[in-house]
Amino acid sequence: MDLPVIWFAILAILWTGFFVLEGFDFGVGILHWFVGRNDTERRVAINSIGPFWDANEVWLVVAAAGTFAAFPGWYATMFSSLYLALVVILVALIFRGLAFEYRGKSENPRWRKVWSLGLVVSSVVIPLFLGIGLGDLLAGLPIGADQEYAGTFWNLFTPYGLLTGATFLSLCLLHGATFLGLKTTDLIRQRSHRLARIFGGTSLVLGLTWVISTYLIADGVSAIAIGFLTLLVLGVAAAATMTARERDGWAFAASAVAIGSVTGSLFASLYPNVMISSTDASNTLTIANTASGNYALTVMTIVAVIMFPLVLLYQGWNYYVFRQRVTTPPTEPSQAHDRGSRPEDEASALDPGSG
Amino acid sequence: MGNVDLARLQFGITAIYHFLFVPLTIGMAFLVAILQTKWHRSGNEDYRRLTKFFGRLLLINIAVGVVTGLIQEFQFGMNWSAYSRFVGDVFGAPLAMEGLAAFFLESTFLGLWLFGWGRLSRRVHLTCIWLVAVGAALSAMFIMAANSWMQNPVGYQTNASTGRPELNDIGAIFSNPVFVWAYAHVLLASAVTGAIMMLAVSAWQIRKRGDGAVFLRSAKTSLVVLFPAIVLSMAVGSELGVQEATYQPMKIAAAEAQWETCQPCSFSAFQIGGGNNDQDPTKIIEIPYLLSFLATNTLDGQVIGLNELQAQYEQEYGPGYYIPNVFIQYWSMRVMAYTASAVALLALVGLWLWRRGSLMQSTWFLRICTLAVATPYIMNTAGWLLTENGRQPWVVQGLMLTEDGVSTSVSSTEILISLGVFLSVFVVVATVWIVLIGRAARSKLPEDEPEGDGTPAEEPIPTLTY
Repeated sequence: MDLPVIWFAILAILWTGFFVLEGFDFGVGILHWFVGRNDTERRVAINSIGPFWDANEVWLVVAAAGTFAAFPGWYATMFSSLYLALVVILVALIFRGLAFEYRGKSENPRWRKVWSLGLVVSSVVIPLFLGIGLGDLLAGLPIGADQEYAGTFWNLFTPYGLLTGATFLSLCLLHGATFLGLKTTDLIRQRSHRLARIFGGTSLVLGLTWVISTYLIADGVSAIAIGFLTLLVLGVAAAATMTARERDGWAFAASAVAIGSVTGSLFASLYPNVMISSTDASNTLTIANTASGNYALTVMTIVAVIMFPLVLLYQGWNYYVFRQRVTTPPTEPSQAHDRGSRPEDEASALDPGSG
Repeated sequence: MGNVDLARLQFGITAIYHFLFVPLTIGMAFLVAILQTKWHRSGNEDYRRLTKFFGRLLLINIAVGVVTGLIQEFQFGMNWSAYSRFVGDVFGAPLAMEGLAAFFLESTFLGLWLFGWGRLSRRVHLTCIWLVAVGAALSAMFIMAANSWMQNPVGYQTNASTGRPELNDIGAIFSNPVFVWAYAHVLLASAVTGAIMMLAVSAWQIRKRGDGAVFLRSAKTSLVVLFPAIVLSMAVGSELGVQEATYQPMKIAAAEAQWETCQPCSFSAFQIGGGNNDQDPTKIIEIPYLLSFLATNTLDGQVIGLNELQAQYEQEYGPGYYIPNVFIQYWSMRVMAYTASAVALLALVGLWLWRRGSLMQSTWFLRICTLAVATPYIMNTAGWLLTENGRQPWVVQGLMLTEDGVSTSVSSTEILISLGVFLSVFVVVATVWIVLIGRAARSKLPEDEPEGDGTPAEEPIPTLTY
């Protein structure tokens, strides 16, 4: 195998890792408002992803930077064509990142509500728009002979792109619900189980539609792609079944397989192209016509081979350290959200380690 | 304004905005790590309380630094797709390495540090904050390597068929003299930024709150860091100027508004008038030999003037206007250098008062220290204006003009929309940041509290951090 193909595979792995990991924290970001009926319960949901979300998001950054380095032509066309969609994604990423850190910094209920709603909206918008963008790679966008985008913002909303976005969103909700089932206790866990069954249903319908559409839209589906498409359906079904049996670990593993299979089948169907041109097949961006030179790819492969196992090791350790379920602190009054802002309480409320 | 100007305005604003937060993150991460190390070594509870207090400031700041960095990562492809297509082979590599080697490290161990109080053993928990600091510093290393390549492209060969530069020596990217000095300069500037913030907050606390004795410790820690950091930062910055005078003579000549070649050259402290259309401004307080020394490290070195450089460049690159905005160059250099001198003086006075044992009683000094919180932001912004404006009209010195790097498929309406959106977001975020930092800086020290013994319990986590 040559280096550009290896880097195509690395990018597929990075996107898959991103959705498998950040997928559940998008889901939790949306669901925290619904599984939690008061501020303390909502905090429990948010804290279940507290130590993880930031590092999960890095998978997206590395996927973007890796595309820039390994396929400059792909990065240039993709990011300039998705222009306004990326503006929306960036604004959502900004508010989402701040929401985690800033929501708890004041006891004012209005302050917390604003950041909570921001967390919900941004966690919907990001997987939806990223899904639209990734779907468009396969559905095809108007790309000219100069490899530049020739369409407008509205050209981005291809039916297949929209379907991909909706599928990702539904799977994030399912994945978030199974994660909460695994990481919380009592009432919050029960509510998560109910939500997991609901989103298992929507994901099954959307997933099947997406599988058929992908089969129809891709120009000859490879065996690998068929494997991933099958895994997607099986994963969703297993997640719903295991939730019903209260096998939380298995349900989470199944939803991880399901969401990872979407990126898996997308990239497998895309290969050896990276961005289809709907204008003319000869304008399609491919691995070969967008890749960096051999030396740059060799250097980056060496760096990836050294760094990637290390990253997996310490990220895995992070999950191991915080493996316990998160629960409502016994000392915390459940009506915390009814209290007004009391300046003298700020010191302890702002304390990064306060209970 | 055309697409190029709009895209430049957007990049300038987002980069400067991003760099308001970055140096504080790097500097404060190291300072918090130092405070926690002191607690670990001495067992003195004051240092644990200070670690938590300044850790809170760090966390509020780090969040903005991270999210504004995302815009930088995406913006190359969004607004500068022709540039990205042209240089990705070389320029992309350090960015990808940054993600793999630095971002993962910083974000994972930040999560572990934040949520690990009382759950990790003290030694492991201390290692986490050091790894956060190292991750932040590494991140800056890769970015400075990429940026220095734009100032002085090295380690590449031009592909004959595509005309694009292709990486052929990664070692050259990281031994680029511009990179070595610029990275050192950025790290020192970050130490200065963190130390001034810590000094400013400690000074306010000593004056206004009851925990003066505790904050005297952090004030001393920050002074110990600040004085050498600011002095070294000026020395390294000066050497960076010499390096840039070699590779980017326009940048340095413009910083002195030196239109005609001179030898030896004097330095003007101020000037009235000046700019690209006024080659004969009134220079005030001229210091003989100083410009020669700053640009060449010798007292009688030659500095080639802008007019002669312009003629050289036209011969080498064809007709065009190769002189950057002289007004910005001249004043950003002076604002940076004069502010730095004032900060060095402040640090020196602080050390002298400490020696006399009257640091806590010198209300006037503490008051100035709190006001000094603005100085790192002025210096950092001026420094970036100096170095990036001085690269113009090139996006990559000698290889690609800025006007050729812009995205051709993006309309000016789209850039205007994104500019408006980002500006509004920045105003909101800055307001929130100021409120939260201000509140955290004026809050009381965390109380003494019993720490967990660090053995992770198997029971569910009852602590809510967020």
